[in-house]
Amino acid sequence: MTEFEPRIITFLCNWCSYGAADLAGVSRFQYPPNMRIIRIPCSGRVSVKMVLHAIRSGADGVWISGCHPGDCHYIEGNFYARRKFVLLKELLEYTGLEPGRLQFSWISSAEGVKFADVAQQVIADIRALGPAKKLIRQLPEVA
Amino acid sequence: MKEMENRIRQMAKDLLAREKVDQVVGFCQGSLAAVTRPFLARHPEEADQLVFNCNCRMNLATFVPDLKGRTGIVAKGCDSRNLVIQMTENRVKRENLYIIGVPCAGMADKNKLLATAGGRDLIRVIDRGEQIEVETTQGTTHTLSRQDLLQDNCVTCIRHNPVIYDALAGPEVPEPDLQDRFADVAAVQKMDPGEKQAYFQHLLKDCIRCYACRDACPLCYCPTCFVDESSPQWVGKSLNPVDVTTYHLVRAFHDAGRCTDCGACEAACPMNIRVRSFTRKTIMDCVNHFGEEAGMNPGQRPVLDRFQINDPNDFFR
Repeated sequence: MTEFEPRIITFLCNWCSYGAADLAGVSRFQYPPNMRIIRIPCSGRVSVKMVLHAIRSGADGVWISGCHPGDCHYIEGNFYARRKFVLLKELLEYTGLEPGRLQFSWISSAEGVKFADVAQQVIADIRALGPAKKLIRQLPEVA
Repeated sequence: MKEMENRIRQMAKDLLAREKVDQVVGFCQGSLAAVTRPFLARHPEEADQLVFNCNCRMNLATFVPDLKGRTGIVAKGCDSRNLVIQMTENRVKRENLYIIGVPCAGMADKNKLLATAGGRDLIRVIDRGEQIEVETTQGTTHTLSRQDLLQDNCVTCIRHNPVIYDALAGPEVPEPDLQDRFADVAAVQKMDPGEKQAYFQHLLKDCIRCYACRDACPLCYCPTCFVDESSPQWVGKSLNPVDVTTYHLVRAFHDAGRCTDCGACEAACPMNIRVRSFTRKTIMDCVNHFGEEAGMNPGQRPVLDRFQINDPNDFFR
Protein backbone atom coordinates (compact mmCIF):
# COMPACT_ATOMS: atom_id res chain seq x y z
CA MET A 1 0.00 0.00 0.00
CA THR A 2 1.35 3.39 -0.92
CA GLU A 3 1.80 6.07 1.67
CA PHE A 4 -0.99 8.62 2.03
CA GLU A 5 -0.30 11.79 0.07
CA PRO A 6 -2.43 14.68 1.27
CA ARG A 7 -3.96 17.17 -1.11
CA ILE A 8 -3.77 20.68 0.26
CA ILE A 9 -5.42 23.78 -1.13
CA THR A 10 -3.22 26.78 -0.51
CA PHE A 11 -4.45 30.34 -0.75
CA LEU A 12 -1.53 32.75 -1.20
CA CYS A 13 -1.84 36.50 -1.33
CA ASN A 14 -0.58 38.07 -4.53
CA TRP A 15 1.80 40.53 -2.90
CA CYS A 16 3.71 38.54 -0.28
CA SER A 17 3.19 34.81 0.05
CA TYR A 18 2.79 34.16 -3.67
CA GLY A 19 6.02 36.08 -4.19
CA ALA A 20 7.61 33.93 -1.50
CA ALA A 21 6.48 30.78 -3.29
CA ASP A 22 7.96 32.19 -6.49
CA LEU A 23 11.23 32.99 -4.73
CA ALA A 24 11.33 29.51 -3.18
CA GLY A 25 10.89 28.06 -6.66
CA VAL A 26 13.48 30.25 -8.32
CA SER A 27 15.91 29.57 -5.48
CA ARG A 28 15.22 25.81 -5.78
CA PHE A 29 14.26 25.31 -2.14
CA GLN A 30 12.70 21.90 -1.79
CA TYR A 31 9.23 21.09 -0.42
CA PRO A 32 6.84 18.23 -1.18
CA PRO A 33 4.45 18.66 -4.13
CA ASN A 34 1.23 18.19 -2.17
CA MET A 35 -0.11 21.70 -2.60
CA ARG A 36 -2.41 23.26 -5.16
CA ILE A 37 -1.76 26.98 -4.99
CA ILE A 38 -4.53 29.48 -5.61
CA ARG A 39 -3.49 33.09 -5.97
CA ILE A 40 -5.73 35.66 -4.32
CA PRO A 41 -5.38 39.46 -4.22
CA CYS A 42 -5.19 39.60 -0.42
CA SER A 43 -5.66 37.22 2.51
CA GLY A 44 -8.69 39.35 3.30
CA ARG A 45 -10.28 37.99 0.11
CA VAL A 46 -10.59 34.50 1.56
CA SER A 47 -14.16 33.75 2.55
CA VAL A 48 -15.53 30.90 4.58
CA LYS A 49 -17.28 29.66 1.44
CA MET A 50 -13.94 29.11 -0.31
CA VAL A 51 -12.50 27.17 2.61
CA LEU A 52 -15.55 24.96 2.96
CA HIS A 53 -15.72 24.46 -0.79
CA ALA A 54 -12.13 23.22 -0.78
CA ILE A 55 -12.84 20.81 2.06
CA ARG A 56 -16.11 19.50 0.61
CA SER A 57 -14.38 18.96 -2.73
CA GLY A 58 -11.97 16.58 -1.03
CA ALA A 59 -9.01 18.65 0.15
CA ASP A 60 -7.26 17.14 3.17
CA GLY A 61 -6.21 20.54 4.40
CA VAL A 62 -6.36 24.24 3.68
CA TRP A 63 -3.46 26.62 4.16
CA ILE A 64 -3.93 30.37 3.97
CA SER A 65 -0.97 32.71 3.89
CA GLY A 66 -0.64 36.48 3.58
CA CYS A 67 1.62 39.43 4.27
CA HIS A 68 2.88 40.04 7.79
CA PRO A 69 0.52 42.22 9.87
CA GLY A 70 1.38 45.82 9.06
CA ASP A 71 2.86 44.96 5.65
CA CYS A 72 -0.40 44.43 3.75
CA HIS A 73 -0.40 45.89 0.25
CA TYR A 74 -3.89 47.18 1.02
CA ILE A 75 -2.63 48.64 4.34
CA GLU A 76 -5.04 46.79 6.63
CA GLY A 77 -6.54 43.89 4.65
CA ASN A 78 -4.80 41.21 6.66
CA PHE A 79 -5.86 42.75 9.97
CA TYR A 80 -9.50 42.24 8.99
CA ALA A 81 -8.57 38.81 7.67
CA ARG A 82 -6.99 37.90 11.00
CA ARG A 83 -10.20 38.63 12.92
CA LYS A 84 -12.13 36.56 10.41
CA PHE A 85 -9.69 33.65 10.63
CA VAL A 86 -9.85 33.62 14.43
CA LEU A 87 -13.61 33.10 14.25
CA LEU A 88 -13.40 30.71 11.29
CA LYS A 89 -10.82 28.43 12.88
CA GLU A 90 -12.71 28.42 16.17
CA LEU A 91 -16.05 27.69 14.49
CA LEU A 92 -14.78 24.89 12.28
CA GLU A 93 -12.87 23.21 15.10
CA TYR A 94 -15.91 23.63 17.34
CA THR A 95 -18.00 21.66 14.86
CA GLY A 96 -15.56 18.80 14.51
CA LEU A 97 -12.76 19.72 12.11
CA GLU A 98 -9.47 18.38 13.50
CA PRO A 99 -7.12 21.13 14.65
CA GLY A 100 -4.35 21.27 12.06
CA ARG A 101 -6.44 20.83 8.90
CA LEU A 102 -6.72 24.58 8.68
CA GLN A 103 -3.35 26.33 8.69
CA PHE A 104 -2.42 30.00 8.64
CA SER A 105 0.83 31.85 8.19
CA TRP A 106 2.31 35.24 7.43
CA ILE A 107 5.15 35.05 4.88
CA SER A 108 6.69 38.04 3.12
CA SER A 109 7.89 37.92 -0.47
CA ALA A 110 11.52 37.96 0.74
CA GLU A 111 11.06 34.85 2.86
CA GLY A 112 11.56 32.06 0.32
CA VAL A 113 13.29 29.94 2.95
CA LYS A 114 10.46 30.41 5.41
CA PHE A 115 7.96 29.49 2.69
CA ALA A 116 9.66 26.17 2.01
CA ASP A 117 9.97 25.50 5.75
CA VAL A 118 6.34 26.27 6.52
CA ALA A 119 5.21 24.28 3.47
CA GLN A 120 7.07 21.26 4.78
CA GLN A 121 5.58 21.69 8.26
CA VAL A 122 2.05 22.16 6.94
CA ILE A 123 2.27 19.13 4.70
CA ALA A 124 3.79 17.01 7.50
CA ASP A 125 1.05 18.09 9.92
CA ILE A 126 -1.75 17.27 7.53
CA ARG A 127 -0.10 14.02 6.45
CA ALA A 128 -0.03 13.02 10.13
CA LEU A 129 -3.76 13.69 10.45
CA GLY A 130 -4.50 11.24 7.64
CA PRO A 131 -7.12 11.59 4.91
CA ALA A 132 -9.98 14.01 5.62
CA LYS A 133 -13.28 12.24 6.21
CA LYS A 134 -15.46 15.09 7.40
CA LEU A 135 -17.44 17.63 5.43
CA ILE A 136 -16.60 15.92 2.15
CA ARG A 137 -19.44 15.87 -0.33
CA GLN A 138 -19.52 12.42 -1.89
CA LEU A 139 -21.15 12.38 -5.28
CA PRO A 140 -24.05 9.94 -5.54
CA GLU A 141 -23.12 6.75 -7.33
CA VAL A 142 -24.72 6.52 -10.72
CA ALA A 143 -25.39 3.08 -12.12
CA MET B 1 -48.20 42.34 30.94
CA LYS B 2 -51.67 43.67 30.20
CA GLU B 3 -50.60 47.19 31.23
CA MET B 4 -47.59 46.98 28.93
CA GLU B 5 -49.83 45.86 26.06
CA ASN B 6 -52.24 48.73 26.69
CA ARG B 7 -49.41 51.22 26.80
CA ILE B 8 -48.02 49.91 23.49
CA ARG B 9 -51.49 50.28 21.92
CA GLN B 10 -51.88 53.77 23.32
CA MET B 11 -48.45 54.84 22.06
CA ALA B 12 -49.07 53.36 18.62
CA LYS B 13 -52.46 55.05 18.45
CA ASP B 14 -50.96 58.40 19.42
CA LEU B 15 -48.13 58.10 16.92
CA LEU B 16 -50.47 57.20 14.08
CA ALA B 17 -53.14 59.78 14.99
CA ARG B 18 -50.59 62.57 15.18
CA GLU B 19 -48.99 61.29 11.98
CA LYS B 20 -45.60 61.02 13.64
CA VAL B 21 -45.10 57.69 11.91
CA ASP B 22 -46.53 56.12 8.77
CA GLN B 23 -46.87 52.68 10.33
CA VAL B 24 -46.22 50.79 13.52
CA VAL B 25 -44.74 47.30 13.39
CA GLY B 26 -45.82 45.15 16.29
CA PHE B 27 -47.21 41.76 17.19
CA CYS B 28 -50.77 40.51 16.92
CA GLN B 29 -52.32 37.24 18.01
CA GLY B 30 -51.67 34.41 15.56
CA SER B 31 -54.06 31.62 14.61
CA LEU B 32 -52.66 29.38 17.35
CA ALA B 33 -52.75 30.25 21.03
CA ALA B 34 -49.00 30.10 21.61
CA VAL B 35 -48.05 32.05 18.51
CA THR B 36 -48.05 35.72 17.56
CA ARG B 37 -47.44 37.14 14.13
CA PRO B 38 -46.02 40.41 12.87
CA PHE B 39 -48.59 43.13 12.43
CA LEU B 40 -48.44 46.44 10.62
CA ALA B 41 -50.79 49.12 11.95
CA ARG B 42 -51.31 51.99 9.50
CA HIS B 43 -54.40 53.60 11.09
CA PRO B 44 -55.02 54.50 14.73
CA GLU B 45 -57.95 52.08 15.01
CA GLU B 46 -55.76 49.18 13.87
CA ALA B 47 -53.49 49.72 16.85
CA ASP B 48 -56.02 47.91 19.04
CA GLN B 49 -54.95 44.62 17.51
CA LEU B 50 -51.42 44.95 18.83
CA VAL B 51 -50.47 42.55 21.58
CA PHE B 52 -47.45 41.93 23.73
CA ASN B 53 -46.97 38.77 25.76
CA CYS B 54 -44.67 35.80 26.29
CA ASN B 55 -45.23 34.60 22.70
CA CYS B 56 -43.57 37.52 20.91
CA ARG B 57 -40.52 35.53 19.89
CA MET B 58 -39.96 37.13 16.50
CA ASN B 59 -37.50 39.91 15.86
CA LEU B 60 -39.41 42.70 14.15
CA ALA B 61 -36.20 44.40 12.99
CA THR B 62 -36.46 42.00 10.01
CA PHE B 63 -39.32 44.00 8.53
CA VAL B 64 -38.21 47.57 9.07
CA PRO B 65 -35.70 48.15 6.23
CA ASP B 66 -38.31 47.30 3.57
CA LEU B 67 -40.87 49.82 4.84
CA LYS B 68 -41.26 53.28 3.37
CA GLY B 69 -41.53 56.43 5.47
CA ARG B 70 -41.21 56.61 9.22
CA THR B 71 -41.80 53.47 11.22
CA GLY B 72 -42.72 52.85 14.82
CA ILE B 73 -41.41 49.52 16.06
CA VAL B 74 -41.98 47.46 19.17
CA ALA B 75 -38.53 46.33 20.31
CA LYS B 76 -37.37 44.06 23.12
CA GLY B 77 -33.80 44.32 24.41
CA CYS B 78 -32.36 41.93 21.84
CA ASP B 79 -34.39 43.52 19.02
CA SER B 80 -33.10 46.98 19.93
CA ARG B 81 -29.53 45.65 19.75
CA ASN B 82 -30.40 44.32 16.33
CA LEU B 83 -31.74 47.71 15.29
CA VAL B 84 -28.38 49.17 16.30
CA ILE B 85 -26.73 46.71 13.89
CA GLN B 86 -29.20 47.65 11.16
CA MET B 87 -28.28 51.31 11.67
CA THR B 88 -24.51 50.77 11.65
CA GLU B 89 -24.92 48.77 8.46
CA ASN B 90 -26.92 51.62 6.89
CA ARG B 91 -30.06 49.57 6.55
CA VAL B 92 -32.24 52.05 8.42
CA LYS B 93 -31.84 55.62 9.55
CA ARG B 94 -32.39 56.46 13.19
CA GLU B 95 -34.58 59.44 12.26
CA ASN B 96 -36.92 57.12 10.36
CA LEU B 97 -37.53 55.01 13.44
CA TYR B 98 -39.66 55.52 16.49
CA ILE B 99 -38.67 52.76 18.87
CA ILE B 100 -41.23 51.67 21.41
CA GLY B 101 -38.87 49.95 23.82
CA VAL B 102 -40.16 47.01 25.83
CA PRO B 103 -38.25 46.00 28.97
CA CYS B 104 -38.52 42.26 28.48
CA ALA B 105 -38.91 39.54 31.08
CA GLY B 106 -38.11 36.84 28.54
CA MET B 107 -40.21 34.86 26.09
CA ALA B 108 -41.78 31.45 26.70
CA ASP B 109 -40.33 28.56 24.71
CA LYS B 110 -42.98 27.26 22.28
CA ASN B 111 -42.08 23.63 22.99
CA LYS B 112 -42.05 24.02 26.75
CA LEU B 113 -45.50 25.65 26.50
CA LEU B 114 -46.86 22.82 24.37
CA ALA B 115 -45.34 20.24 26.70
CA THR B 116 -47.42 21.60 29.57
CA ALA B 117 -50.58 20.63 27.71
CA GLY B 118 -49.57 16.97 27.86
CA GLY B 119 -50.07 16.20 24.20
CA ARG B 120 -53.20 18.32 23.82
CA ASP B 121 -53.48 21.66 22.12
CA LEU B 122 -53.51 25.00 23.83
CA ILE B 123 -56.49 27.26 23.34
CA ARG B 124 -55.31 30.16 25.45
CA VAL B 125 -52.04 31.42 26.85
CA ILE B 126 -52.32 34.25 29.35
CA ASP B 127 -49.18 36.07 30.36
CA ARG B 128 -49.45 37.30 33.96
CA GLY B 129 -45.84 38.40 34.34
CA GLU B 130 -44.22 36.03 36.83
CA GLN B 131 -46.86 33.42 36.07
CA ILE B 132 -48.13 32.11 32.76
CA GLU B 133 -51.57 30.54 32.57
CA VAL B 134 -52.38 28.02 29.83
CA GLU B 135 -55.76 26.55 28.93
CA THR B 136 -55.90 23.27 27.04
CA THR B 137 -58.49 21.81 24.70
CA GLN B 138 -59.60 19.52 27.58
CA GLY B 139 -60.70 22.59 29.50
CA THR B 140 -57.94 22.24 32.07
CA THR B 141 -55.90 25.25 33.06
CA HIS B 142 -52.36 25.22 34.41
CA THR B 143 -50.45 28.05 36.02
CA LEU B 144 -46.73 27.88 35.44
CA SER B 145 -43.75 29.88 36.50
CA ARG B 146 -42.30 32.07 33.76
CA GLN B 147 -38.76 31.13 34.78
CA ASP B 148 -39.43 27.46 33.97
CA LEU B 149 -40.78 28.25 30.51
CA LEU B 150 -38.13 30.71 29.28
CA GLN B 151 -36.41 30.23 25.94
CA ASP B 152 -32.74 29.25 26.17
CA ASN B 153 -31.58 32.59 24.78
CA CYS B 154 -33.69 34.47 27.35
CA VAL B 155 -32.03 32.54 30.19
CA THR B 156 -28.60 33.72 29.01
CA CYS B 157 -29.84 37.19 27.97
CA ILE B 158 -27.51 40.05 28.90
CA ARG B 159 -29.77 42.90 27.83
CA HIS B 160 -33.44 42.79 28.83
CA ASN B 161 -33.92 46.54 28.48
CA PRO B 162 -33.67 48.22 25.09
CA VAL B 163 -30.31 49.78 24.22
CA ILE B 164 -31.97 52.58 22.25
CA TYR B 165 -35.57 53.71 22.41
CA ASP B 166 -37.79 56.75 22.04
CA ALA B 167 -40.27 55.67 24.69
CA LEU B 168 -40.50 52.77 27.11
CA ALA B 169 -43.69 50.75 27.43
CA GLY B 170 -43.01 49.80 31.03
CA PRO B 171 -40.62 50.15 33.96
CA GLU B 172 -37.07 48.93 33.35
CA VAL B 173 -36.28 45.44 34.59
CA PRO B 174 -33.04 44.63 36.44
CA GLU B 175 -30.24 43.19 34.31
CA PRO B 176 -29.04 39.86 35.71
CA ASP B 177 -25.49 39.09 36.73
CA LEU B 178 -24.90 35.94 34.71
CA GLN B 179 -22.43 33.33 35.83
CA ASP B 180 -21.06 30.89 33.29
CA ARG B 181 -23.04 32.29 30.38
CA PHE B 182 -21.49 30.00 27.77
CA ALA B 183 -21.74 26.69 29.64
CA ASP B 184 -23.52 25.08 26.65
CA VAL B 185 -20.73 26.01 24.23
CA ALA B 186 -18.01 24.99 26.67
CA ALA B 187 -19.60 21.55 27.06
CA VAL B 188 -19.39 20.90 23.32
CA GLN B 189 -15.89 22.31 23.16
CA LYS B 190 -14.65 19.70 25.62
CA MET B 191 -15.51 16.86 23.22
CA ASP B 192 -12.96 15.38 20.82
CA PRO B 193 -13.39 16.01 17.07
CA GLY B 194 -15.24 12.73 16.45
CA GLU B 195 -17.75 13.37 19.23
CA LYS B 196 -18.25 16.95 18.08
CA GLN B 197 -19.04 15.77 14.60
CA ALA B 198 -21.49 13.18 15.88
CA TYR B 199 -23.07 15.82 18.11
CA PHE B 200 -23.66 18.24 15.24
CA GLN B 201 -24.78 15.52 12.86
CA HIS B 202 -27.39 14.53 15.42
CA LEU B 203 -28.34 18.17 15.98
CA LEU B 204 -28.99 18.74 12.27
CA LYS B 205 -30.51 15.37 11.41
CA ASP B 206 -34.03 16.81 11.14
CA CYS B 207 -33.13 19.89 9.09
CA ILE B 208 -35.34 20.17 6.01
CA ARG B 209 -33.50 23.22 4.61
CA CYS B 210 -36.61 25.37 4.60
CA TYR B 211 -34.43 28.41 5.44
CA ALA B 212 -36.92 29.64 8.04
CA CYS B 213 -33.95 30.47 10.30
CA ARG B 214 -32.50 32.62 7.55
CA ASP B 215 -35.78 34.36 6.75
CA ALA B 216 -36.55 35.09 10.40
CA CYS B 217 -33.15 36.68 10.92
CA PRO B 218 -32.82 40.46 10.40
CA LEU B 219 -29.11 40.00 9.68
CA CYS B 220 -29.70 37.77 6.65
CA TYR B 221 -30.43 40.35 3.98
CA CYS B 222 -28.06 39.56 1.09
CA PRO B 223 -29.91 40.13 -2.22
CA THR B 224 -28.78 36.66 -3.27
CA CYS B 225 -28.10 34.25 -0.45
CA PHE B 226 -25.05 32.01 -0.89
CA VAL B 227 -27.34 28.96 -0.96
CA ASP B 228 -28.96 30.33 -4.12
CA GLU B 229 -25.73 31.12 -5.92
CA SER B 230 -25.12 28.76 -8.79
CA SER B 231 -21.76 29.72 -10.24
CA PRO B 232 -19.95 28.50 -8.28
CA GLN B 233 -22.46 26.52 -6.32
CA TRP B 234 -21.13 26.69 -2.77
CA VAL B 235 -23.63 24.33 -1.26
CA GLY B 236 -25.83 21.60 -2.70
CA LYS B 237 -29.61 21.74 -2.54
CA SER B 238 -29.99 18.25 -1.13
CA LEU B 239 -30.53 16.98 2.41
CA ASN B 240 -27.07 15.43 2.33
CA PRO B 241 -25.57 15.94 5.83
CA VAL B 242 -22.53 17.73 4.36
CA ASP B 243 -24.73 20.22 2.50
CA VAL B 244 -26.86 20.81 5.59
CA THR B 245 -23.78 21.33 7.79
CA THR B 246 -22.22 23.65 5.22
CA TYR B 247 -25.36 25.76 5.14
CA HIS B 248 -25.49 26.10 8.92
CA LEU B 249 -21.77 26.84 9.21
CA VAL B 250 -21.82 29.60 6.62
CA ARG B 251 -25.05 31.04 8.01
CA ALA B 252 -23.51 31.23 11.47
CA PHE B 253 -20.32 32.72 10.10
CA HIS B 254 -22.18 35.41 8.19
CA ASP B 255 -23.83 36.41 11.47
CA ALA B 256 -20.57 36.37 13.39
CA GLY B 257 -20.00 39.56 15.33
CA ARG B 258 -23.51 40.76 14.47
CA CYS B 259 -25.78 38.21 16.13
CA THR B 260 -27.61 39.55 19.18
CA ASP B 261 -28.95 36.13 20.22
CA CYS B 262 -32.60 37.14 19.86
CA GLY B 263 -33.58 33.52 19.25
CA ALA B 264 -35.85 34.30 16.28
CA CYS B 265 -34.09 31.60 14.21
CA GLU B 266 -34.75 28.91 16.76
CA ALA B 267 -38.33 30.02 17.36
CA ALA B 268 -38.97 29.95 13.60
CA CYS B 269 -37.55 26.45 13.10
CA PRO B 270 -40.37 24.02 12.31
CA MET B 271 -38.17 21.03 13.20
CA ASN B 272 -37.08 22.43 16.58
CA ILE B 273 -33.40 22.36 15.76
CA ARG B 274 -31.20 24.27 18.18
CA VAL B 275 -29.55 26.32 15.44
CA ARG B 276 -28.24 28.79 18.00
CA SER B 277 -25.55 26.23 18.89
CA PHE B 278 -23.55 27.63 15.97
CA THR B 279 -24.13 31.34 16.49
CA ARG B 280 -23.50 31.03 20.25
CA LYS B 281 -19.97 29.93 19.49
CA THR B 282 -19.28 33.03 17.39
CA ILE B 283 -20.76 35.23 20.13
CA MET B 284 -18.50 33.58 22.70
CA ASP B 285 -15.44 34.04 20.51
CA CYS B 286 -16.19 37.73 19.95
CA VAL B 287 -16.45 38.20 23.71
CA ASN B 288 -13.35 36.15 24.52
CA HIS B 289 -11.04 37.32 21.74
CA PHE B 290 -12.23 40.83 21.00
CA GLY B 291 -14.19 41.76 24.14
CA GLU B 292 -17.23 42.78 22.08
CA GLU B 293 -20.97 42.27 22.27
CA ALA B 294 -22.92 43.02 19.11
CA GLY B 295 -25.31 45.97 19.06
CA MET B 296 -24.57 47.41 22.49
CA ASN B 297 -23.12 50.67 21.20
CA PRO B 298 -24.74 52.62 18.34
CA GLY B 299 -21.48 54.43 17.59
CA GLN B 300 -19.46 51.33 16.90
CA ARG B 301 -18.92 49.36 13.69
CA PRO B 302 -19.40 45.55 13.76
CA VAL B 303 -16.56 43.44 15.18
CA LEU B 304 -15.37 42.09 11.83
CA ASP B 305 -15.29 45.60 10.39
CA ARG B 306 -12.61 46.73 12.80
CA PHE B 307 -9.32 45.39 14.13
CA GLN B 308 -6.73 45.81 16.82
CA ILE B 309 -3.00 45.57 16.27
CA ASN B 310 -2.80 43.04 19.11
CA ASP B 311 -5.60 40.71 18.00
CA PRO B 312 -4.90 36.98 18.56
CA ASN B 313 -1.96 35.98 16.38
CA ASP B 314 -0.54 32.83 17.97
CA PHE B 315 -2.08 30.39 15.49
CA PHE B 316 -0.17 31.94 12.56
CA ARG B 317 3.10 30.34 11.60
